[in-house]
Amino acid sequence: MLDSKIPAGPLENKWNDYKGHVKLVNPANKRKLEVIVIGTGLAGASAAASLGELGYRVKAFCFQDSPRRAHSIAAQGGINAAKNYQNDGDSVFRLFYDTIKGGDYRSREANTHRLAEVSANIIDQCVAQGVPFAREYSGLLNNRSFGGVQVKRTFYAAGQTGQQLLIGAYQALERQVALGNVTMYARHEMLDVVVIDGKARGVICRNLVTGELERHFGHAVLLCSGGYGNVFYLSTNAMGSNVTAAWKAHKKGAFFANPCFTQIHPTCIPVTGDHQSKLTLMSESLRNDGRIWVPKKQNDTRKANDIPEEERDYYLERRYPAYGNLVPRDVASRAAKERCDAGYGVGTTKQAVYLDFRYNLINKYGRAEASKHGIENPDEATLVRLGKEVVKEEYGNLFDMYEKITGENPYEVPMRIYPAVHYTMGGLWVDYELMTSITGLYALGEANFSDHGANRLGASALMQGLADGYFVIPYTIGNYLANEISVKPIPTTHEAFEVAENAVKDRISSLMQIKGKQSVESFHKRLGKIMWEKCGMSRNEKGLNEAIEEIRALKKEFWSNVRIPGEINEMNPELDKANRVADFIELGELICIDALERTESCGGHFREESQTEEGEALRHDDQFLYVAAWEYNGEHNWKLNKEELEFELAKPTQRNYK
Amino acid sequence: MDHYTMNLTLKVWKQKNQSERGHFETYQVKDISSEMSFLEMFDVLNEALVEENREPIAFDHDCREGICGMCSMYINGRPHGPWHGTTTCQLHMRAFKDGDTIVVEPWRANAFPVIKDLIVDRHAFDRIIQAGGYISVNTGNAVDGNAIPVKKENADSAFAAAACIGCGACVAACKNSSAMLFVSAKVAHLSLLPQGEPEKRNRVLNMIEQMDKEGFGSCTMTEACEAVCPKEISVDNIARLNGEYLSAAGAIDK
Amino acid sequence: MTWKQLFTSSVGKKFVMALTGVSLIAFLVVHAGINACIWANDGGAMFNKAAHFMGATVVIRILEVGLFIGIILHIVQGLILEAQNRSRRSIGYQVPLGNRGSKWYSRSMGLLGTLILLFLIMHIYHFWTPSRLGGIGNIHELGIIAYDGKAYHNLYGEMVIVFQSLTIVILYVLACISLAYHLMHGFNSAFRTLGLHNQRYVRIVHATGVAFSVIVPLAFAMMPVSVYLGWVK
Repeated sequence: MLDSKIPAGPLENKWNDYKGHVKLVNPANKRKLEVIVIGTGLAGASAAASLGELGYRVKAFCFQDSPRRAHSIAAQGGINAAKNYQNDGDSVFRLFYDTIKGGDYRSREANTHRLAEVSANIIDQCVAQGVPFAREYSGLLNNRSFGGVQVKRTFYAAGQTGQQLLIGAYQALERQVALGNVTMYARHEMLDVVVIDGKARGVICRNLVTGELERHFGHAVLLCSGGYGNVFYLSTNAMGSNVTAAWKAHKKGAFFANPCFTQIHPTCIPVTGDHQSKLTLMSESLRNDGRIWVPKKQNDTRKANDIPEEERDYYLERRYPAYGNLVPRDVASRAAKERCDAGYGVGTTKQAVYLDFRYNLINKYGRAEASKHGIENPDEATLVRLGKEVVKEEYGNLFDMYEKITGENPYEVPMRIYPAVHYTMGGLWVDYELMTSITGLYALGEANFSDHGANRLGASALMQGLADGYFVIPYTIGNYLANEISVKPIPTTHEAFEVAENAVKDRISSLMQIKGKQSVESFHKRLGKIMWEKCGMSRNEKGLNEAIEEIRALKKEFWSNVRIPGEINEMNPELDKANRVADFIELGELICIDALERTESCGGHFREESQTEEGEALRHDDQFLYVAAWEYNGEHNWKLNKEELEFELAKPTQRNYK
Repeated sequence: MDHYTMNLTLKVWKQKNQSERGHFETYQVKDISSEMSFLEMFDVLNEALVEENREPIAFDHDCREGICGMCSMYINGRPHGPWHGTTTCQLHMRAFKDGDTIVVEPWRANAFPVIKDLIVDRHAFDRIIQAGGYISVNTGNAVDGNAIPVKKENADSAFAAAACIGCGACVAACKNSSAMLFVSAKVAHLSLLPQGEPEKRNRVLNMIEQMDKEGFGSCTMTEACEAVCPKEISVDNIARLNGEYLSAAGAIDK
Repeated sequence: MTWKQLFTSSVGKKFVMALTGVSLIAFLVVHAGINACIWANDGGAMFNKAAHFMGATVVIRILEVGLFIGIILHIVQGLILEAQNRSRRSIGYQVPLGNRGSKWYSRSMGLLGTLILLFLIMHIYHFWTPSRLGGIGNIHELGIIAYDGKAYHNLYGEMVIVFQSLTIVILYVLACISLAYHLMHGFNSAFRTLGLHNQRYVRIVHATGVAFSVIVPLAFAMMPVSVYLGWVK
């Protein structure tokens, strides 16, 4: 049933061999082939631009007012690449191995290896596009290190790497728009996939300005619609980030893989109250220079700076001496939760730990600068002043952002941080060619499941989005489209378009006709609360069963009591939101079902029933060495398909960051 | 930070769609926490409006981290509100006090028509980028990232210019509705890098031509744009653009 | 790109404003220098000779044509730009940004320029037309004065006559204040339009601009005041 189409041969040759033998489409025929791209983040913009360059006729869609606003833009810390510019022993193999290990051995080896192989090309491509990466005084590229690895392989542009990479891809995309190869549809939301004779042949979109439904034909459809973290309501995702495109595809037959693999990021600004609409990430790169601690005493109410050094518990350094503050995200998040649950949390809500820069500000940067300036025996004030200048250059925008949100100056007092939902490793099931289980429908970037297993390492999401868009899909899509060159564009008057559009229309009008009492937002908040409490950082059987019941009840209530003001045929943000929340509710149920079924702990999925004596995640490779690909069979009804994972080079072992 | 709550009066621009005339509407909001963001205050108001079966206020927003550039409110006569170097979404309510009246308007410029309430159409910016705001390199053509060293100060200046989020506050603040800060940030970003050098001349000429076509005004160098830019983009970029434009125009060989 | 496109683009128009502006700034230096001769306290002899030199030298007369073209371009282009820029925002703001983002005089270049234009009409009528074209209207012909046996137009005498009126002196002083603020923005802005972005020179130009905008208009303003109060003999 599930054919992952992994090429034969040794792992390190698979991609090269594939590229050497893949079918090609000649340039004249590319002109006749239309490709639809949903989403214009790193994956979507890079795919649309690259396919446009090749000569395909591309239509790209985004719900924002411009492709430059996709949420990839908010990625802060950096992008990994196996360049080994630092001469610290990095290689394609190490990047591959770190990613597999970081993902707790639940990703597909062949895909991950390919990702590591093309990583170096991404940096070259971005530099050529004018992405202003950080540089040394020599004029050469600079690197920083990230969690879960022991080399410096992360390229960055201050704390705005995602922005710079996305602007690069956006500019490449706009260039293709100018050349007429790509047609851009902003403020459009995809509301269904049109499948004809088993192949994806188009989409139904809603123009969010006029409210009109539109039909668009494509020989192939690419979903680059990002992750589904907003199912938790509070997350670091953008307000508009949603699962709708992927979910519609899922309901039309695309399998949804490993939905329970959600990443809780350890360093976010803590929640302050019920009014909160979203959470803000503080880049993982801060753990390079920030040390995480809590007071050694429970319920300590002293101010951070009043707690003497010997009464501070640097719990990550204590528990994981080899990786210290740079353990992977899942490990760091759970450790923070453990401390807070045990009563050592700080701040008014006690749901926070300190991230403290003072030590490195003085000892790492201050001393280096003092020595550079020839200052002997500098006093602490001088070191702080000198160190601040360097820290400002490295993370200035993050520190400013922290101060704006909290009103506290992180140069003076430690940041307060707490884990928050950030990324979703799960997503649409795809084969080696990134094709979902619907022929001709592809999923790229965070929308697919393949590369990060159960936990993504920092600075790898940007890498994957761009790898898929720039370097993978341009090859793999040809293998499919080569057989489609004789297919004439199907007129959108075709019955399948008619049926799909009517279904969308019916759903929208039934939503509008409910005219209940509760706002869409209130349902989303309630869904988020269920998900966070029962399917959040740690999960157990009882909680998950309850969650499934509660979500089912919530769904009933939503469809009988939601209130959407305004009209259908106008700009109506409440209706847009209702369409998305309705899908999140259905997805929430599937996430809990998946989490319930996987009775092991791995990566971001921590089942309380499965842990080591020391409280670390305990995998069960004998039972769960597979991808759970869920097939939709009607309401509340999913069938589990398993893709067994085989590890040729990276033999699964219990992860150890001690 | 001391926490407090406040009651506020909001005067907000309401406009059904691009073709209909708009007007100001007054709303009262109660028990707003000083820890809320400005947009969370709008969420609270909208929730209340939905509850009362009234039309909520439409406004653009997405990342709420000050980076996507989608939010665009002109608050008490200043784009993005009273805080320096801050987007609307990062503005927090501790900037206001109990009893304040806050006037919220959309960006005003003929090149940015209002679509609904506080939402404007900024496609003109995309079209300016299409006119030349890129480096013409196809995927797969790149040399090694370290093959061409870039002076650190150039890379840093290019980055400072590239930090532009395309929100349009510069246009909203400018008495001429000029887009020069936006255009110059892109021109400077790309021309400061060796990779952007070959297309330097055509880029600046074409982008300015498109800017003029879109109906933005010209630059009087009042520097209001720099004062309100949430990313603190410098007007030095405009001066740089001017110089590049003149030398490009002067160097044309036909 | 054709020449027409260059000079009709938004940057091109500003380029014309900057170039003509800088040449007018250069003119102001010469003008102020020659007029400062009145403070020689020699009954206007040095001033009249200098003015004669300016009026009688072919090269200067040719430059004068250029100056007039420059002034007219600066005025016409300025007014066109002002009108165009104002048309870019059909619906204004309820609450204006005001001085929070820029200086009032930076936003008022059109107004200040118009005030200076009105002054210029009066000023030309007072001095330039009598000197170049002979008296017209009610302005009497310039007297002739002889130094070392050579006849000169007595422009100094004209100044003494014109600046007997307090109203005119006040109008001249107000015009100089307008000029000061016009320069306060224009001097700096012209160099920015010509592409100056190197911080080191930006600072020098800025300081020079401020000094220039204060000193030159002040010198001009002191002339009618000095004559009126009888400080020069």
